[in-house]
Amino acid sequence: MGQPILGAAMPSLTETLTELEREARDALAAAADLEALDAWRSAFLGRKGRLREVTRGLGSLPPEERRQVGALANRVLADLEAAYEERRRALEGEALARKLAQAAVDVSLPGRPLPRGRLHPVTQTLRDVLAAFQALGFQVVEGPEVEWDYYNFEALLIPKDHPARDLWATLWIDYRRDGEMPMLLRTHTSPNQVRYMEKHRPPIRIVSPGRCYRYEATDPTHEWMLTQVEVLAVDEGLSLADLKGTLAEVARRLFGTERRVRFRCEYYPFVEPGMDVLIDCFQCRGEGCRTCGQSGWIEVLGSGMVHPRILANVGYDPERYTGFAAGLGIERIAMLRYGIDDIRLFYQNDLRFLEQF
Amino acid sequence: MRVPLSWLSDYVDITIPVEELARRLTDAGLEVAEVERRGDWQNVFVGQVVEVRPHPNADRLVLATVDLGGERQTVVCGAPNVAVGQKVPFAREGALLVDPRTRQPAPLRRAVIRGVESAGMICSELELGLSDDHSGIVVLPDDAPVGVPLSSYLGETVLELEIRPNRPDALSVLGIAREVAALSGTQVREPPLHYEAHGPPVRRLASVAVEAPDLCPRYVAAVVRGVRIGPSPPWMQRRLEAAGLRPINNVVDITNYVMLEMGQPLHAFDLRKLAGRRIVVRRAREGESLLLLDGSEARLRPDMLVIADAERPVALAGVMGGANSEVDEDTTDVLLESASFLGPSIRRTAQALRLRTEASLRFEKGLSRELPLPAARRAVRLMVELCGGTAARGLIDVFPGRERQAPIVLTEERLRRVLGMEVPREEVERALSALGFRCRWRRPATYVVTPPYWRTDVRIADDVAEEVARVVGYDRVPALLRAPSLPPAEPDPLRDLRERLRDALAQAGMQEVITYPLSDRETLARALSPAELAAHPPLRVANPMSRELEYLRTTLRAGLLRTLARNQRWRAGLVALFEVGRIFLPRPDDLPTEVEMAAAVVGGQRPDRWGLPRGGPADFFDAKAFLEAALAILGVEAEFAPVEHPVFLPGSTAAVTVAGERVGLLGQVHPEVARAFEVEGDAFLFELEVERLLPHVPARRRYRPVSRFPPVREDLAVVVEEGVPAGTVRRLIEASPLVARAELFDVYTGPPVPAGKKSLAFAVTYQALDRTPSDEEVARERRRIVARLERELGATLRG
Repeated sequence: MGQPILGAAMPSLTETLTELEREARDALAAAADLEALDAWRSAFLGRKGRLREVTRGLGSLPPEERRQVGALANRVLADLEAAYEERRRALEGEALARKLAQAAVDVSLPGRPLPRGRLHPVTQTLRDVLAAFQALGFQVVEGPEVEWDYYNFEALLIPKDHPARDLWATLWIDYRRDGEMPMLLRTHTSPNQVRYMEKHRPPIRIVSPGRCYRYEATDPTHEWMLTQVEVLAVDEGLSLADLKGTLAEVARRLFGTERRVRFRCEYYPFVEPGMDVLIDCFQCRGEGCRTCGQSGWIEVLGSGMVHPRILANVGYDPERYTGFAAGLGIERIAMLRYGIDDIRLFYQNDLRFLEQF
Repeated sequence: MRVPLSWLSDYVDITIPVEELARRLTDAGLEVAEVERRGDWQNVFVGQVVEVRPHPNADRLVLATVDLGGERQTVVCGAPNVAVGQKVPFAREGALLVDPRTRQPAPLRRAVIRGVESAGMICSELELGLSDDHSGIVVLPDDAPVGVPLSSYLGETVLELEIRPNRPDALSVLGIAREVAALSGTQVREPPLHYEAHGPPVRRLASVAVEAPDLCPRYVAAVVRGVRIGPSPPWMQRRLEAAGLRPINNVVDITNYVMLEMGQPLHAFDLRKLAGRRIVVRRAREGESLLLLDGSEARLRPDMLVIADAERPVALAGVMGGANSEVDEDTTDVLLESASFLGPSIRRTAQALRLRTEASLRFEKGLSRELPLPAARRAVRLMVELCGGTAARGLIDVFPGRERQAPIVLTEERLRRVLGMEVPREEVERALSALGFRCRWRRPATYVVTPPYWRTDVRIADDVAEEVARVVGYDRVPALLRAPSLPPAEPDPLRDLRERLRDALAQAGMQEVITYPLSDRETLARALSPAELAAHPPLRVANPMSRELEYLRTTLRAGLLRTLARNQRWRAGLVALFEVGRIFLPRPDDLPTEVEMAAAVVGGQRPDRWGLPRGGPADFFDAKAFLEAALAILGVEAEFAPVEHPVFLPGSTAAVTVAGERVGLLGQVHPEVARAFEVEGDAFLFELEVERLLPHVPARRRYRPVSRFPPVREDLAVVVEEGVPAGTVRRLIEASPLVARAELFDVYTGPPVPAGKKSLAFAVTYQALDRTPSDEEVARERRRIVARLERELGATLRG
C-alpha cells in the first residue's frame, strides 16, 4: 500500500538511474580531450562516482525490486563503460592526428647531402670490358707504360724505317744508346703480347689493359692519351672463327643483343689475316649520320690472327699453335655507351662531366 | 689516294653502284673514307660565245650570245674576261647556282638587267661551286663539246681511299681497278705500253751506273728526244687535278700521271743538263748539297742516296728532283728515270729532310722491282703521243737486285686452320686468280701460289689465306665460342689491391680523375721536395708536343692540384678528387720503375647542410676522414705521426704508417704551393704507395666475436700536454681488456684547463664477452686506465 506513495513522494531508483545515464552521456559527448574524459570517468564511474552513489541505495529495496533495479544499474554501467571506450578511442585518434599534423615536413626540402664518390667513366668502362673477357676465361695482366722500341715495334714486325710506324706517331724518351732512342711511351698495349708469351707457354688467354700515348693533335675524336685493352689467345686449333666468336660475344655483353656486328679486312703488321670489328651506329642505327661518317657503322676494335713469325720468335711452333689478338679503345667504347661526342672530355676532368657517371 | 671514277673506268667496268663499290673496297681492306661528288649541275650546259656586243644602257655590261649547239641565247654579262670563241658554262633558267652574296645555292630566275632581258647566265667558278673565285667567268678547255650538259663534261665522282702501308700497289688507279675487278667479278684492261721507237739506241745517248746497288736494286732509263714542252692535254690536266696534283707541263704531267696510274714514281731530267749525259746512282758525299725543285736547299748526308750526273748530284733519289736538271720550256731531250729504291733508305732521307713527297711515300713502302719497266714504257708512249717526241730505241735497265720469289705453299689444312671454315677449291682458285695470283693445285691438298709482281706484301701462306678471306668476305667466316681448358689464373695481388683502393676511395665519397702523366718540369718540381726531385729527376720526352707535356711525372700531386684549381673555377663547394696511377722513377740504362700510387686532394668549402651549422672551409680532418674511411673499408688501421715535407705546411702534415711501416703522407699543402697552382683557399693532399700497403691489407677479414651482454658507456675526460697526440691517449685506453671502444668526441683548450694543456673527452664502451661488467668492475678498470695515462703521459682526470 505504501509503495505508490513512496514512489510518488520521491523519484524511484529506476528513474534516477535513467536520468543519470542521460546526464552521463551528455557529459561524455562534451568531454573534449583525454583529460576531460578521465575526469568524466571518475565523476560517473569511479569508486566515488555518481553511479556508485545511486547503487548504494539498492540494499534498502525489497528483494524483487532490488533485482530489477540491480540489473538496470549493471546495464547502465556496461553501456557507459562501452561509450567511454569508444569516446576514448576517438579522442586518442584525434590527438594522434593533431600531433602528426604538427610534425609534417616540407617534403620538397632536399635531403642533407652526403659526399658522393664515383669512378671515372673510363675506369667503369674498362672494368666492364675486362669483366666480359674474364667471363670467357681471359686473365688480366699488365705491362709497363714506358717501353722499349723492341717490344712496341720490332718484336711486332715493325722494324726501324718501316712505313707502318706512321700508324703510331710516337713520343720518344730522351735517352740515347748507340745513337738510337730505344725508349718510348708505348703507343699501344700490344707489347704485352710478346712480354707475356716470352714467359709463358700455350694455352694462353689474356687481356692486358693500360694507358697508351701518341704524338697526336687533339680534336673531338682524337686524344693523345688513350686506354687500350689488348686481347691475346694462343692455343692449338684457334682460328679466325674463334676470334669472331669471342669478339661477337664480348660485343653482345657490352652493347646488348640488339646491336649488329660486322667484320672487315684491316692491316696491322703483327696479325695475318687482320680484321676490324664494327657495330651499327648508336646514333642512327645504321642509317648513316655524322657520328659514323655516313657509313652507319662504327669501328670498335682491331684484331687478327697472330703473325706466325711472332709465335716463332718467342719459341712457339707456328705449325702447332695459332693465336688471335685484338685491341680495343676504351674511350671509344665509353663514347658509344654514354653518347659522348668529344673524346677530350675524359681527361679534362671537369666534375660537371665526371659526376654524370 | 684520290681516284676519279671516270679515270678508274678506263681500266675496269664499274657494274655496281658507287656506294656498294665503296663498301666492298672498304670491307676488303681498302678503306674508302669518302665518296666525293663534284659537278652535279642541272640545267648547265657547255656553250660557245659567238658574239659580244655592248649593253645599250650600261658601260660595264655586255650582251653575249652563246651557241648551245644549234640554239643561241643572249645574256647580259658583267665579267671582264668574256670573249668571242670561248667555251663557257651556260646556266639556263632553273639551274641551282651559288649566290655570290649569300654563298647559298639558289635557283636561277629570268631577269631584266638595265632594260635588257637575260636568258640565262655564264657562270663563275664560285657560282658553280668549284671555288671561291668570282673574278670572271669560267673558260672551258677547247675540247669541251658544245651543247652537252656540263656535268657530263666537268662532273666527277672521286673515291678518297686511305691506303694502308702494306699496299703500295693500291696507291694507283690501276691497283684500285684490279681490286674492283676482283671484288665485282669483272676484268681489268691494262693500259697500252707499246710505242714506236725511231731514234738511235738509247745506250748511244746516255749511260747509267749504279754505284749503290744495296739502295737501288734497279734503274731503268729511257730517252725521248725532240719533245715540245707545253701544257698537257685538258683531259690529263683534269684527271691530275681531280686526283689532287697541280698540272705543270706535258712532260712532268706525264710522269705524275703514270705514277698515279701505275704506282711507280718517275722522274724526267733534261738530258742536255746532265754532265756527260750520265746517271750515277750513289751515296751523297760529305758536304754536298742540292737545290731542289721546291726551291729548298738540301744538305746531304753520306747515308742519303742521290742521282748524280758525271759531276754533281742532280736529284735526291726517290724524294725530289734537283733544280739543275729540271725540265723547262727549252727542254727538247728528256731522260726518264723509272727506278727501284730501298724503302727504309728513302724513308729515312725524307724524314731527315722533312720532305715527304708522293714519290717518297710510295718508295718507302717497298714497290715491286718489276714495276719500273712497264711504267717507263707507258710514260715513253705518252711522251711520244702527247709531246711530239721521238723515243730512242731500247731502255737502259741496270738491275743488280734481281731476285726470284719462290712460290708460296698453302695447304688446304692451313687455310682451314687459319680461317676456321672450309672454302671450296673452286672458290679459292677463283678468288686468287681474280686478284692476279697464279694458283696451281698439287695433290693431295695443296695450293702452290705465285702472287702477281705488284703484290709485294704477300709473302707467306697466311697472307694468301687473308686474300681468300677478303675476297669471299669476312662475314662468311663462322663465329665460334669455345670454352678452353686453361691453367689456373696467376694471382696479381698488387693489381687487386690497387682496384680495391680505387673502389674504397670512391666509396669514401671522392671522385676519381685521370690526369696526363706529362707536364712541364716547373709544375712537377713545385709538387716535389728538392730531395725527391734530386733522387728521381723526371724523364724527358725527346719530341714533346708542347712545353706543357714534356716531363714524365714522378708524383701525382701536381696533376691533382691542377685539377682541383681548374674545378674551383667552375664550381663552389667541396672538391674531393683522387687518382690511382703510375709514377715513373728513372733507373740508369733501363726502363723506369713504374710505381702504383693512389693520391687525393681535398679543397673548397664543406657543403652547407640545411638545418645544421654552416659548412666552412675544408680542413685537415676532412681530408683525413676520406683517407680513414678508405683504409677502414680495406680493413687497415693506420697511425699518423707529425712529419715535415717542404710541399706541405709544417705542423699539419703526417706520415701515414701501418704496423710501423710508412705507407704514405697526409697534410695541408703549403699555402705558397697551393697559390702557385692557383688553388683557391687551402688544399689538403694524401698519397699512398700501393705496394707498401699491400702486406698490411688483410686478404680475408678475421671474425671477432660479438658480446651478447650489454655494454656500459661512460665519458672519460683527461687533461694532457698539448703535444700529446690524441691517438696515443686513445690507444692506451683501448689497451684495457674491458674496453671495446674509445671514441674521441671533444677537444678543449682554455680555462679552466691550464695553458699549454688540452682536455680530451672520450666516450668509452666497457664490455665483456661473458658477463655484464658490474659498476665496481668498471670503476676499478677506469682507475687503472687513468693511472696508466698519468704514469705514461702525465695525464690528469678532468674535474
